[in-house]
Amino acid sequence: MTLASDLDEQRAPAREPVLSIRNISKGFGAVRALTDIEMDVYAGEVVALVGDNGAGKSTLVKILAGVHPADDGTITFNGTPVSIPSPTASRELGIATVFQDLALCDNLDVVANLFLGRELGGGAMNEELMEQRSWELLRQLSAKIPSVRIAVASLSGGQRQTVAIARSLIGEPQIVILDEPTAALGVAQTAEVLNLIERLRERGLGVILISHNMADVQAVADRVVVLRLGRNNGVFRTADVSYEDIVAAITGATDNPVSSRSAAHPTEKDAL
Amino acid sequence: MSSSTTPQTKDNSAPTTLAADLQDERLMRGEGLRGVFGAFGMRIRTGDLGSLPIFLGLIIIWIVFQILNPRFLSATNLVDLTLQCAGVGTIALGVVVVLLVAQIDLSVGSLSGLASAILGVTFINWQWPIWASIVVALAIGALIGFVYGFLFTRFGVPTFIVTLAGLMGFLGLQLWVLGPNGTINLPYNSWIVEFATSWFLPPWLAYTIAGLTVIGIVVSDITKSRRRAKAGLSTGPGSLIVIKAIVIAIVAAAAITWLATNRGVAVSFLLFIVLVAVMATVLTRTRWGRWIYAVGGNEEAARRAGINVKTIYISALMVGTILATLGGLLAAARLTAASISSGGGTTNLIAIAAAVIGGTSLFGGRGSAWSALLGIFVIMSIQNGLTLLNLESYVQFMVTGVVLLLAVIIDSLSRRSRASHGTA
Repeated sequence: MTLASDLDEQRAPAREPVLSIRNISKGFGAVRALTDIEMDVYAGEVVALVGDNGAGKSTLVKILAGVHPADDGTITFNGTPVSIPSPTASRELGIATVFQDLALCDNLDVVANLFLGRELGGGAMNEELMEQRSWELLRQLSAKIPSVRIAVASLSGGQRQTVAIARSLIGEPQIVILDEPTAALGVAQTAEVLNLIERLRERGLGVILISHNMADVQAVADRVVVLRLGRNNGVFRTADVSYEDIVAAITGATDNPVSSRSAAHPTEKDAL
Repeated sequence: MSSSTTPQTKDNSAPTTLAADLQDERLMRGEGLRGVFGAFGMRIRTGDLGSLPIFLGLIIIWIVFQILNPRFLSATNLVDLTLQCAGVGTIALGVVVVLLVAQIDLSVGSLSGLASAILGVTFINWQWPIWASIVVALAIGALIGFVYGFLFTRFGVPTFIVTLAGLMGFLGLQLWVLGPNGTINLPYNSWIVEFATSWFLPPWLAYTIAGLTVIGIVVSDITKSRRRAKAGLSTGPGSLIVIKAIVIAIVAAAAITWLATNRGVAVSFLLFIVLVAVMATVLTRTRWGRWIYAVGGNEEAARRAGINVKTIYISALMVGTILATLGGLLAAARLTAASISSGGGTTNLIAIAAAVIGGTSLFGGRGSAWSALLGIFVIMSIQNGLTLLNLESYVQFMVTGVVLLLAVIIDSLSRRSRASHGTA
């Protein structure tokens, strides 16, 4: 962890953020899902977006992915103000979103899924080139896929997540948004995906990581943006804060069920 | 946590001589031909049967009928069998494409009947040139497919319902087009009838075509192998290419020689085979084919990948209806008549059953064009064999029903086995 914070120091010097959002608001009928949200993402950094259920994480992601338009506020990408009216616009801008359901075709093999909709070659697809590129990409990510010519259905949860993330990189994005990438994964597979997130950071991508798992957040994130009830509730550098601080920001109180529980059962905190 | 961030040096130090797709240490590697056969055996054991059970089933069906009636495998009867397969087989090929996008076309029988009625009325009653009749029939087929696709993609009417309406509607249209007589005979000397009944390849031409096909397969395999080697990927053993070519050549030569002792290889059957081969190539090598499988496997994933899902649905349904009308024309030409019973009765069910028996999943995304060929051979062999035994049509229906059920049960069992071996 000390190494990570050293890297942080080098990275911190004032640079232009790749993605910068200011005063974003969004309402659904009478409900204000987001109010005046601010957030910056720099190249080569992992920003964790955390908050309880209903805090507005998904709404914010959907705005960035072009699923919903924002009611108010500005989104700046590489210094230029942009609007993201559609998923295609988001993708063309250089934002790749990996949703929780991964959207893979189980009946197709890994190569076909990676290049789906962006197949290489002329009238006939160039399978050899696609397979070669697939291996290059997966090797760069140190991904553990035994064969790219097997159907995605036969891969494990972590491998499927890997394929989905790798696919988002085919379009050379600058920002990758990962929605709960470790939610359904086992211990080893979670570690695999966390490694993968570090690879993305090494490639100079800005990563927005949505997670409920504080251990994952503290393991890979450089900064943590906390949302609470649709508002910003603090931005922390992961190295500077403890688990309790983040939980307090998420729940909005130092006296919350999590801290009182860990006070009552001191050992449980270590397990987390 | 620190252990998870330790770089895995082992992977990177894999010997560079190994092809890019074989470097994972967990992959079981077999050398040469033994490796190929080992991998094949492994696939069979884990339930990835492919079309093997149907292939074995076909051989068993042939052996049983040959024992019951020695005329079954005679050249005369096999030539008849190929003639019977061409029409419905073409319809089944269209059904395969529709099933691949997880939709269904229940109206293929009615459409084939309508096509025969259009041919009869325009060619005989109105004295159109025959090519014009054919073009109009195919164009109407394409239009109907487009309307199906439009209703499905625009209004979300399930294709089951749209094509059920088509089944009834186009049967009515067929009866109306045919008029009060109900039957229009096609002259024996028109080329479409000759094409479907009496055009056979002379043996030298059949051998030449088979020889060129085998050479084409070998060249394509070698090219692919070279391209893979150039891309740093593994290549199969060269001896496999030779063995494959020899097996295909022997089977083709034996079939041509045996059929040539009677009339020979029917041109209409050759057309059907060519259609299947072209469709198989299009489905596996082109973007359109890849997107057909993608839409059938996960429509939402295909949409998010930027594929125009509506166009894929509409084009698949159009391929289904065009091939249904083409199959109807072939069937009418073989029976030398367009009648109110053309495409009626069991045509629908046989075409759909053939696609499913051949191994195309009803749930989309799995199957191949070759399943139309295999499936129609199975069904037509049963029909033909039972007819030779002078059994009534009710037996044919019941036996065909049992075979369909068996095929689907085998498919379900192999799917379950794939799931339990983690390769669903």
